[in-house]
Amino acid sequence: MTTSRRLARVLPASALVLVLGLSGCGAKTGESTADTSAAASCVETDGDAVKIGFLNSLSGTMAISEQTVRDSLDLAVKEINADGGVLGKQLDVVAEDGASEPTVFAEKAEKLITSDCVAAVFGGWTSSSRKAMLPVFESKNSLLFYPVQYEGLEASKNIFYTGATTNQQIVPGMDYLKEEGKTKVFLVGSDYVFPQTANKIINAYAEANGIEIVGEEYAPMGHTDFSTIVNKLKASGADAVFNTLNGDSNVAFFKEYKNVGLSAETTPVVSVSIAEEEIGGIGIDNVEGQLTAWNYYQTVDSPANTAFVEAFKAEYGDDRVTSDPMEAAYTSVYLWKNMVEKAESFDVADIQAAADGVSFDAPEGTVTINGDNHHIAKTAMVGKIADDGLIYTEWSSEEPIEPDPFLEGYDWAADLS
Amino acid sequence: MDVLFSQLFAGLSLGSVLLLAALGLALTFGQMGVINMAHGEFMMAGAYTAYVVQGIVSNAGVSLMISLVVGFLVGGTLGLVLEMTLIHRMYRRPLDTLLVTWGVALVLQQAARNIFGAPNVDVRAPEWLRGAISIAGLDVPRTRLFIIALAVVCVVALSLVLKLTPLGRRIRAVVQNRDLAETSGISTKATDRLTFFIGSGLASVAGVALTLLGSIGPTLGTNYIVDAFLVVVVGGIGQIKGAVIAAFALGILQATIEYSTTASIAKVLVFVVIVAFLQARPQGLVSVRQRGIA
Repeated sequence: MTTSRRLARVLPASALVLVLGLSGCGAKTGESTADTSAAASCVETDGDAVKIGFLNSLSGTMAISEQTVRDSLDLAVKEINADGGVLGKQLDVVAEDGASEPTVFAEKAEKLITSDCVAAVFGGWTSSSRKAMLPVFESKNSLLFYPVQYEGLEASKNIFYTGATTNQQIVPGMDYLKEEGKTKVFLVGSDYVFPQTANKIINAYAEANGIEIVGEEYAPMGHTDFSTIVNKLKASGADAVFNTLNGDSNVAFFKEYKNVGLSAETTPVVSVSIAEEEIGGIGIDNVEGQLTAWNYYQTVDSPANTAFVEAFKAEYGDDRVTSDPMEAAYTSVYLWKNMVEKAESFDVADIQAAADGVSFDAPEGTVTINGDNHHIAKTAMVGKIADDGLIYTEWSSEEPIEPDPFLEGYDWAADLS
Repeated sequence: MDVLFSQLFAGLSLGSVLLLAALGLALTFGQMGVINMAHGEFMMAGAYTAYVVQGIVSNAGVSLMISLVVGFLVGGTLGLVLEMTLIHRMYRRPLDTLLVTWGVALVLQQAARNIFGAPNVDVRAPEWLRGAISIAGLDVPRTRLFIIALAVVCVVALSLVLKLTPLGRRIRAVVQNRDLAETSGISTKATDRLTFFIGSGLASVAGVALTLLGSIGPTLGTNYIVDAFLVVVVGGIGQIKGAVIAAFALGILQATIEYSTTASIAKVLVFVVIVAFLQARPQGLVSVRQRGIA
């Protein structure tokens, strides 16, 4: 079924690419110069309101995760509008569904920019969706705010990255293991771009820091039987595990991990894609005491976070939790607001010029935009999963870490890109 | 040596999971020729049954045992309803059953999402199934032993029903020659329904067992449906014995290749082996001896 479904998805998608490609070619001949200026003037700023676009997967496999991001984006807009808007204008949201398909993301992004004339777009989750949207935002000269941690090695002047890049999540995660005296690390991840890239970085880090990588295993997406991988892990003599598995596989992995008698005490696992939302589904019994590396937890102790969590629960219910990507999305709307107010303009070029140094007292702590690479400085936090299903900070970097998407500041990373 | 045994065990346990997933299908697809794409969703129904039962009965051990029984009934009932409303209209039209049950699968997935929410839920394993026990110096996870035992129980029970009971005789008669069975006074309609009940019930039992190993979400079934069909096809359509051999053979093959390579490569190589095998032996491992007119 998986294969037939994949085929069913690929066929229309490739047909779409073909059609889009052809129509793109047709448009380019006469309108390429008119295009950018048209996009710039298309944004309506004369009235009492200004339009912004939300683009998240509300259907398909990514809907589970992206709906939570959408909720926090809505919250931010509601707060900003109640507080008088941006430059005195109310925000008017145009929402679209990316449907978990990169091609749909590209298509809907173009629609938001050219026919809805939004001033900026917020959304995206998977790297493939971002990669698909990037050329659209560059050619139409518009802005995308992307809220999820990713594998780095990218910087576009049309994208603001408000999630972590590798040196703000993966490298600090390894720093923590090193400080704890772990010398034999096992890598396990899903078989796609983020884990492969992350593990390349971890391997380089390990070599430079006297840590031995005793195994590196990838499971196909949706893999449900981890007995062999866990057997290899156990036989490797690892004293820690770095986990880049995605989605459901985490459940099967942690259940098997516990079943063979491994535990957080003997062999801690640092995970980079399990947040508060996922813990209930994995079962607290199975992950209690295990570690995560992020830049935000619901338990972060700051006035900004208390207000954020309270507002979120008031809006969506007491049983809801907040997580890192949700916080980064919430923060991204405020960062855009602060940039617009600094630039005193909704124009893309003015915002780009004003971006450097714009900061916001986010729930995770104060974040500041780096004008060179459009990422933000973030505090890294290694957290421990507690029996109440929340994650508590175990270790954090002393100050926000400057974003370094290409890892230029690390000698050991010289050969990576 | 340790590695050999632990991998052999991993293969056996993977085989028993495959077998549990495929056993009900061996009955509905193998014996009745219905390509039931909703089989995986019946497994999902079993997993959610375990979740609901645990919400009522808090003792994890007791609730697991109750879930196995209740799961069988829930899955069986779903199968029965499906048979009575849709499938019975399209016997001898396997491609139509494929399309219809695929639609049913999507409806069931969405129903689960609406009832239980999109995020995964958790079922706690009972205390006596946690951790590993040591057999000949090897740490063997208890859940895996439990699932192997459950697979054995299901196979034995199903074989006994097919071999010894009047219902079993009727099922075998209908499978071998529907028209002759009908003229001999067997109600093929009632037999079909009961066969579907048992097959779908077994799917849900598999689903209850899977809560010990993996995630419980609306798409649980999609993870297993392809493997289940592979087992039935490789085993030889219509053969419980074939399904048993195929499940364990594929499990051990996957575990062995995975140990020396990677999970992704193992998956590909297992497919290559299956394709090559089916070229040489399209009827599968065990084939029915039939005295056909044609």
